Amino acid sequence: MRRRPGVALELGAVPWLLAAALATTVPHAEHLPPWLSALVGSALLWRAWLWYRRRPLPARWALALLVGGCVAGIAWQFHTLLGKDPGVALLVVFMALKPLEMDNRRDAMVVILLGYFLLLTHYFYSQSIPAGLWLLSTITLLTATLIRVHGGAQPVAAIARLACLLLVQALPFMLILYLLFPRVSGPLWGLPQDAYSALSGLSEQMSPGSISSLTQSGAIAFRSQFAGEVPEKADLYWRGPVFDDYDGLTWRARPPAGGPARADPLIEARGQVHAYTSILEAHNQRWLLALDVPTRLPPDSRLAPTLEVLAREPLRVRSRVSFVSALDYRASVAEAAAVLQQSLALPAQFNPRTRALAAEWQSLPPREIAEAALTKFRHEPFYYTLQPPLLGPDAMDEFLFTTRRGFCEHYASAFVFLMRAAGVPARVVAGYQGGEVNPVDGYLTVRQSDAHAWAEIWLAGQGWVRVDPTAAVAPARIEQGIAAALPEGEPLPVVVRIDADWLRQLRNRWEAANNSWNQWVLGYNPQRQREVLSRLGLADADWQKMTATLAVLCGTALLIVTLWTLPARRAVDPVQRAWQRYCKELARRGMARAEWEGPLAFAQRVARERPDLAQLTSEAAACYAELRYGCQGDARLGQLQQCLHRLPPQRRRKA
Amino acid sequence: MLPANPQSVLADILAAANAVVLGKSTQTRLALCCLLAKGHLLIEDLPGVGKTTLAHTMARLLGFQFSRVQFTSDMLPADILGVSIFDRERADFRFLPGPVFCQILLADEINRATPKTQSALLEAMEEGQVTTEGETRPLPEPFFVIATQNPSSQVGTFPLPESQLDRFLLRIELGYPDQAAERSLLESGGRREQLPALAARVAPGDFALLQQQTAAIYAAPALFDYLQLLVAATRNEPRFVHGLSPRAALSLLAAARAWAFTGGRSMVLPEDVQAVLPAVARHRLRLLSGGQAAAEDMAALIRSVPLT
Repeated sequence: MRRRPGVALELGAVPWLLAAALATTVPHAEHLPPWLSALVGSALLWRAWLWYRRRPLPARWALALLVGGCVAGIAWQFHTLLGKDPGVALLVVFMALKPLEMDNRRDAMVVILLGYFLLLTHYFYSQSIPAGLWLLSTITLLTATLIRVHGGAQPVAAIARLACLLLVQALPFMLILYLLFPRVSGPLWGLPQDAYSALSGLSEQMSPGSISSLTQSGAIAFRSQFAGEVPEKADLYWRGPVFDDYDGLTWRARPPAGGPARADPLIEARGQVHAYTSILEAHNQRWLLALDVPTRLPPDSRLAPTLEVLAREPLRVRSRVSFVSALDYRASVAEAAAVLQQSLALPAQFNPRTRALAAEWQSLPPREIAEAALTKFRHEPFYYTLQPPLLGPDAMDEFLFTTRRGFCEHYASAFVFLMRAAGVPARVVAGYQGGEVNPVDGYLTVRQSDAHAWAEIWLAGQGWVRVDPTAAVAPARIEQGIAAALPEGEPLPVVVRIDADWLRQLRNRWEAANNSWNQWVLGYNPQRQREVLSRLGLADADWQKMTATLAVLCGTALLIVTLWTLPARRAVDPVQRAWQRYCKELARRGMARAEWEGPLAFAQRVARERPDLAQLTSEAAACYAELRYGCQGDARLGQLQQCLHRLPPQRRRKA
Repeated sequence: MLPANPQSVLADILAAANAVVLGKSTQTRLALCCLLAKGHLLIEDLPGVGKTTLAHTMARLLGFQFSRVQFTSDMLPADILGVSIFDRERADFRFLPGPVFCQILLADEINRATPKTQSALLEAMEEGQVTTEGETRPLPEPFFVIATQNPSSQVGTFPLPESQLDRFLLRIELGYPDQAAERSLLESGGRREQLPALAARVAPGDFALLQQQTAAIYAAPALFDYLQLLVAATRNEPRFVHGLSPRAALSLLAAARAWAFTGGRSMVLPEDVQAVLPAVARHRLRLLSGGQAAAEDMAALIRSVPLT
């Protein structure tokens, strides 16, 4: 193979480059197809082996074949080469294969730059604290590799120290850019639609099992910080979607009714109100989970007729929203007749026994009907479990009279069915119930495992009243949380069912740290930026002001870093400077000295090619050789400098 | 007592040598440098290009006692070092010194000898002494070996191992003479006849002074920097099996000093290092792809190390 030009890569730098390639590709193994990860791993291993055995690198055609094969494989796997996942896969493959043709410094630079770029792509997948720490150490490794490639063999500690020093010097710029770079709402670049498909949370419909499966996730749904006291656990009902349309299996939210728009639901708050701020995890739905019932809403949101708070857009990023809620309230006392009529609708067939039972109660006043249903749940052997038996077409009959085992969605839907059959307007509300205060930062943490479903009935003069049939069956669920209400052996996530104190504390600390990270690092949006800027005395900053401040601060930081590092820079030898300037002047006149060319050899070449410059150049070269390689001191420095001035003025080159 | 003008002495030697070995001024200068730097010389090329003539010429011009050994595969160490024979009159063994007891030993076709014989010579080269029959005898001062070998007909030869190649300070190749040199060679006849007529150009003992002056040529810190970079580059070049050893680095410096001295300078320049690098390094570097480093590899190596 013909040798390509360029500075040869030191053998000792190869392990650094391979480590950098490994560190930047390893976290991607999580979401790349396994064959690709295996291929990347073996390519790097192969290169390491070639290095270890000092074998020559594979031939160009073999590499071309390999690259072509990988690109085809990725195209086959993802059915495209465009988009986030195939794009990242391509970059990872390049990162693994580039070292196989890496034999000079230029290739090494490509590997390092690719590494810096790959770092960025990790943020498509994870923005958590561990990911941040990993990337921080990887950026240090990449910088150290850069130092190793250019700086030659040094002790590892010296390289690491220099790399850390460089990063520390970059820190002020990072902070300034982070704080002041004008923020835009949403990500800087549009992500493809598939980016949000993995978000979890309540869904737009409820069928048996939908909430109990959600409960098996320990993931955090949202965190809330109350301005005052945190209310009693039993009062914490966070409202999500409201379902009032039942088809015998699934509850759905009714599409907005036609006809004239209804007036806003009338809320009459009584007693104390609670102000709180929630950090909602993205769930790709429009509802914002507020405590029943909200009296003041965050901007860009509205209260639906069914009392849930709806944002304008589905929640695709973690958001910070503030509410005021009243726990004691009356809602929609004057509900429209059409709505009440809808709230009595049931599928025409099925469940004869349930209907018969409801018919017995029909003559009673509505409140007593509800009481009768709750009494039934309380006194008959109903059982609260995450693993209820499957039910047939007469689901309510089977549940109420035969199996008597169910989770909150079973109880809520059976209760609403009974109420509707007995003529009381009723609906199912899904959301979260309870939460746990994290003593580390005082935030109330609500997890997916706190997902819950309850019922609301409409009573004349009182409006919609919440009835939670689950409380009748398993009071511990409401008062202490789901872990206390479910027997051992139910499939609850481990984070929810932690007994060891120290473990619980560890979890609390970790989640508090995550919360601060989310709020201050990831959630630093335009609004937060405005807050910070006004605290810095830069109120009403528009982007022009921000840019100006940015420029001034960056300039100042640059100045400080320069002043800091300038004394450490080796003073350039005046002899070297004079010679380099002379060579530069000669280069302008068409006689460039090669980097490796010694002074006398250069002078001889000048004498051959440009006799007009020969005499002066040989004098300068002799001076320089004497000054730099001789032992006569700096006596002839003046002469060398004079040579520069004695150069004839540059001739005009004609094109 | 120093020669009145060392430069003129050196120039005289070189001019005389070039008058015998035509068109090979670089090689004669390298050969002289090798002797000035107290190193042994290996000349490698085809038969008939003047290897022996060059060696013989140097010996005569420097006024050294000269012996020549034609190596063969059935040669024994005693054939070079000498042998003890029983002296009847004294009723004792008497040592008859071999050809190695001289100042310049021309070892012709050294790769024809067996490793055993080669290694006997090597002790002499390295230590400046000879050990036979339990007795160590010093060799004359100075002692040089100029070895020749023929690279093309390798059948029935024992190529010198790397460790032995390393003991030769320089290795030079002669190559075909250019057209003008060959023409004047043809016109004036073979060179061997001229050899006995060559007179020594250096007074006995003066060569040692020249060697001292060579070792005193000044090398600046900047030059050591460059030399180290160059040596490091051979160690990091992936196509070489291994880089230059510290001993090779010392050889490079010594040869560069001699080159500067023969160039009339009192300090070593990077150009001197670059000029002697191929002769110092090529026989010490082996390519991963097999074989020794080519001249182009050396040029590329020099180009890869910038002068700061």
